[in-house]
Amino acid sequence: MYQARVKVMFKKGVLDPQGEAVKNSLMAMGYEGVHEVRIGKYMTLNLENRTKEEAEKNVEDMCEKLLSNPVIEDYDYELTEA
Amino acid sequence: MKFGVVVFPGSNCDLDSYYLVKDVLCEEVIYLWHEDNLPLDIDGVILPGGFTYGDYLRPGAMARFSTIMNDIVEFARRGGFVLGICNGFQILVESGLLPGALMKNQHLKFICDHVYVRVENNNTPFTNACDKGEVLKIPVAHNEGNYFAPREDILSLQEDERILFRYSDYQGNVSQENNPNGSKNNIAGICNENKNVLGMMPHPERAGEKTLGSKDGLKIFHSILTYWREKHGSKKD
Repeated sequence: MYQARVKVMFKKGVLDPQGEAVKNSLMAMGYEGVHEVRIGKYMTLNLENRTKEEAEKNVEDMCEKLLSNPVIEDYDYELTEA
Repeated sequence: MKFGVVVFPGSNCDLDSYYLVKDVLCEEVIYLWHEDNLPLDIDGVILPGGFTYGDYLRPGAMARFSTIMNDIVEFARRGGFVLGICNGFQILVESGLLPGALMKNQHLKFICDHVYVRVENNNTPFTNACDKGEVLKIPVAHNEGNYFAPREDILSLQEDERILFRYSDYQGNVSQENNPNGSKNNIAGICNENKNVLGMMPHPERAGEKTLGSKDGLKIFHSILTYWREKHGSKKD
């Protein structure tokens, strides 16, 4: 069993109004020097594959096809034995 | 012309689309379940609005993998008409039939209102019943209608005149003020290279009768019917 921990974030240059709204809230709460907030997604997947390479290939495929939208998002992942 | 309105789990504008085609346009229409194959005698597919799969992960991200979508992608590649409205537009961009992506509205609010869109190109099967520059009053209802595409794709859309509708004021002035969701270049609707696939965020199926506040949506459907009848003869199938 393997576990993939996937992070999906908007690409640089894509406007993140949610992040902006949170940044403004943080500043309104009194925190100084908050320059940029960006919000993304974090997912964990438990996968049963025969080898780590197979699991890795699957995770990348899943990220490209469903878990991220390559037009506006970048993804990153960690794969470990569960 | 025979239409098919796809029903996904979470579609909620299927009834309005079906009703418009059947009772207002008086054309043949059936519902298409998302897990079935696309019947061979369908001439036009409507991907209706709604919250397919709860908009989970990203709107349209999962609906695009439905059984029927494989057939619809093939159908579109063969030149079949596909009209994606709101969530339907989101499904079209997720499936790659149209470029770009639809993101959260810039002001982070769900907008439910009538808007005005200007017809940018009336030389398409979807807009031949309109004048170039004509303004249509059509309602929107969405939280994620903010159209984004990389610069090269926007330029390409502009050069090929594939931006069909842009948000404007009632006089046809396009500016930031009348952009309801932050879409790049006020883009409200685009088509593919072959001009047989249209995706738009506003709901033309809700602008088909005066009692609903506008009949302007009908022009899009009349355009499709006019184009189709010219190609297939004026007999109703």
